[in-house]
Amino acid sequence: MTEMPAVTGFALSRRQLMVGAAGLTFAFVAKGAPALAAAPAAANKGKTLTPWVSIADDGIISIMAPATEMGQGSGTSLPLLVAEELDADWAKVRIVPAPVIEKIYGNPGFGGMMYTAGSNAVRSYYMPLRTFGAQVRRVLLESVANRWGVPLAELTTEPSVVVHANSNRRIGYGKIAAFAEAPQVAPEIKPADLKPASRFRLIGKDVLRAELPNKVNGTATYSIDVQVPGMIYGAVLRSPVEGGTPQSFDDATIRKIAGVLDVVTLPYGVGVLASTPWAAFDGKAEAERSIKWNRTGKAWGFDSAKGIEAFAADARNLSVPVTNDWFKQGDAEAALTTAATVLEAEYRCDYAYHAQMEPLNATATVSPAGDAAEVWCGTQSQTMAIEAVAKALGITRDKVKLNYTLLGGGFGRRGHRDEEFIVDAVLLSKHAKRPVKCMWTREDDVHNGRLRPITAHYLRAALDSSGKLVGWHQRIAGDRVTPYQDPVRYQIAKHKDFILMLGVELRSYDIANQYCGLIYRDTGVRTSSLRGIGFTANKFVTEAFMDEIALKRGIDPVALRLELLKHTPRGQAVVRRVADMADWGKKRDGRALGFAFIDYSDSLIGAVAEISLDRPSGRIKVHNFWCAIDCGRAVQPDNVTAQTESSIVYGLGMALTEMITVEDGAIQQSNFYDYQVMRMRDIPQMHIEVTSTDNPPTGAGQMATPVVAPAINSAFATLTGVRLRETPMTPERVKRALA
Amino acid sequence: MIQFTINGRPASSGAPKATPLLWVIREDLILPGTKFGCGVGLCGACMVHVDGKRAFSCQTQIGEIAGRSITTIEGLSPDSSHPVQKAWLAERVPQCGYCQSGQIMSAADLLKGNPHPSRDEIVEHMSAHICRCGTYARILRAVERAAKEG
Repeated sequence: MTEMPAVTGFALSRRQLMVGAAGLTFAFVAKGAPALAAAPAAANKGKTLTPWVSIADDGIISIMAPATEMGQGSGTSLPLLVAEELDADWAKVRIVPAPVIEKIYGNPGFGGMMYTAGSNAVRSYYMPLRTFGAQVRRVLLESVANRWGVPLAELTTEPSVVVHANSNRRIGYGKIAAFAEAPQVAPEIKPADLKPASRFRLIGKDVLRAELPNKVNGTATYSIDVQVPGMIYGAVLRSPVEGGTPQSFDDATIRKIAGVLDVVTLPYGVGVLASTPWAAFDGKAEAERSIKWNRTGKAWGFDSAKGIEAFAADARNLSVPVTNDWFKQGDAEAALTTAATVLEAEYRCDYAYHAQMEPLNATATVSPAGDAAEVWCGTQSQTMAIEAVAKALGITRDKVKLNYTLLGGGFGRRGHRDEEFIVDAVLLSKHAKRPVKCMWTREDDVHNGRLRPITAHYLRAALDSSGKLVGWHQRIAGDRVTPYQDPVRYQIAKHKDFILMLGVELRSYDIANQYCGLIYRDTGVRTSSLRGIGFTANKFVTEAFMDEIALKRGIDPVALRLELLKHTPRGQAVVRRVADMADWGKKRDGRALGFAFIDYSDSLIGAVAEISLDRPSGRIKVHNFWCAIDCGRAVQPDNVTAQTESSIVYGLGMALTEMITVEDGAIQQSNFYDYQVMRMRDIPQMHIEVTSTDNPPTGAGQMATPVVAPAINSAFATLTGVRLRETPMTPERVKRALA
Repeated sequence: MIQFTINGRPASSGAPKATPLLWVIREDLILPGTKFGCGVGLCGACMVHVDGKRAFSCQTQIGEIAGRSITTIEGLSPDSSHPVQKAWLAERVPQCGYCQSGQIMSAADLLKGNPHPSRDEIVEHMSAHICRCGTYARILRAVERAAKEG
């Protein structure tokens, strides 16, 4: 596996890489681009490389989209950044999925990998793509200046048109493309040369996402829709525990099922090849009836109900040493020692499952010799997909052709380094020597789930004699995620489990002394980034404890946040705004309000939940949810609103109902009858305000998910006087807490 | 062979009678707009119309549809001009989009039988579905818009 160094900055080198055959094409590469891709680029010197932008003689402008599209919208908003500075007529723009060439298309936020995750795409590509669009525009202007013999400074652009006002001449980009030549050296564009916000025509103005029309008539193509000639179907029974291997199963009975073509023993399970999907699923079900597993692998015997008790005991017991100091600022221990008052609390968070709507699947065709492959899949990382296939076959990545489709949801599930659901199809195709579409059922998708980890938290807060919060000390016992999900990024991160731990720091709050230590556990259970990553658990815990502190100090939770945010004016602004929106000070009959604030990847989010409680059933009903978000420049404001609605609904599930339990290492849930996600009848009225501020864009795709549970928790405490200490806050737990 | 009509055209299937209609639609008739989500009638991604009424195609066996008329998302309108499809775009409903064919088929079914449903009726009807992207607020607005602009 190649380790890819982080790219610092993404200034474009002034090197022009290609002139295409039809019309004008441009591609500039990142300075200091990853070593991985340097070789192919050098080998291609003077040859055609696929560009970012091409302008055809008829004025159609094709712009590459480097991100995968899973509903978050960056499939549109990244090309839009190029189009903005190019001053392209959006109606003439065609968006094309970028080929897998990291050197050109890699995400600067992920060391140049092609990887769509972390609500990071717009943020990381914002300046590079705008700069690149401006460079192309400059080339067009210079071409026209030369052609017409006029000074460059006298030329301006309107969408897809260069204008010379003095001579009243206009020429469209398509016509310019017919004669313009891409220069040897790309023009230098400084940030000051980019458009000021006042001149944006596309950024900050909502456009229709490019793929939306295909999503209302059934023509949008997802991985599961792929059919290739000669294809058969595959299903795979994977070991319920990572590392388990098949010991025995009744092969003959499976083969008797009509339509079953072959049964394949895989290192981690049993594959069934069939002429139809239902025969493949029947074969897999038959395998499940007779399978015995070798109890290799770590998680056998692990029980999550007991496991979290052990985690909690370790977090609470100060004689259990921390594995490492995750975060340290000032001296929290000393602050506890000298404090006038010390408050303490414990919280826990359970395993949860992604439940993306499209069960995982892929189609693969491996050459009969096993030395090349073509794959169709929905992945969050083109780089990981190609490398996982190459690794599975023991071939080089240039022998793998990847066709990536729309994703029926991602939420972090499709960005694992091993991309195991793609490998299923690859291994089956290698065996069958023909194309195989391998689909997981929903039950497979749950049983093979990679989970948001369990964590147990023990917190102490130091208050001085005036009640001011002067120290914050947390011990987290948590199940490992990053080394399991992505050993490569774990290595790059110097063995910091950022997926598990991000969000524990109180960066925006004025608390001088902070500490968080990690008691690191490895249950062997499959774990994953899941929308909101560590923030979902960690901000639930820190904000719920903050709410406790406010109540114990007898001050208003909003006032406490405003005090703590005195050095974070943007944070204060969202807190004030959301308090206004919710009419925070107004008492509700039979209902209560709760408040939470979080910072998440430099976005700032304030929320108020209004809840009631059905005491006999223990069911919490959320009636209204107000949310104010400042994610800097909102490139597509309505889409930020949509993503925030989406994040809130996802957060409601995490907060109230969604829970996976593990017994003897295996996931106990199977489908939507025992894993309850939010439906329309469950959701509150959502009131969302996106504050677009004159700051660089920051994350928008998942930022509100972690703010939901603490806001509900705060409301519950106000309503009942009882603090809930676990997510999800299920009816059973509510009843137990109130008993 | 089972004979039936799909999107106004005659079709037939030799699949075993217990085969879910969903898989025949998707893999044999190559109408992949109808989606597989849970296989147990709990998510609604597979929703189609059978003789004009909504039905979970994953819970409908091919043996049950002899002589009946099936409509899938591909047959709802030839050009995305059904009021529900127009409203879905106007309200910018889809995110990942995977569940939306089923949602649209359900909404069309609701409005056919009840052109002006109350908000509660919409919520009740559409709660047969799961949208993991949580587009529910927009779905609700889109159904109301389709009812109004129908």
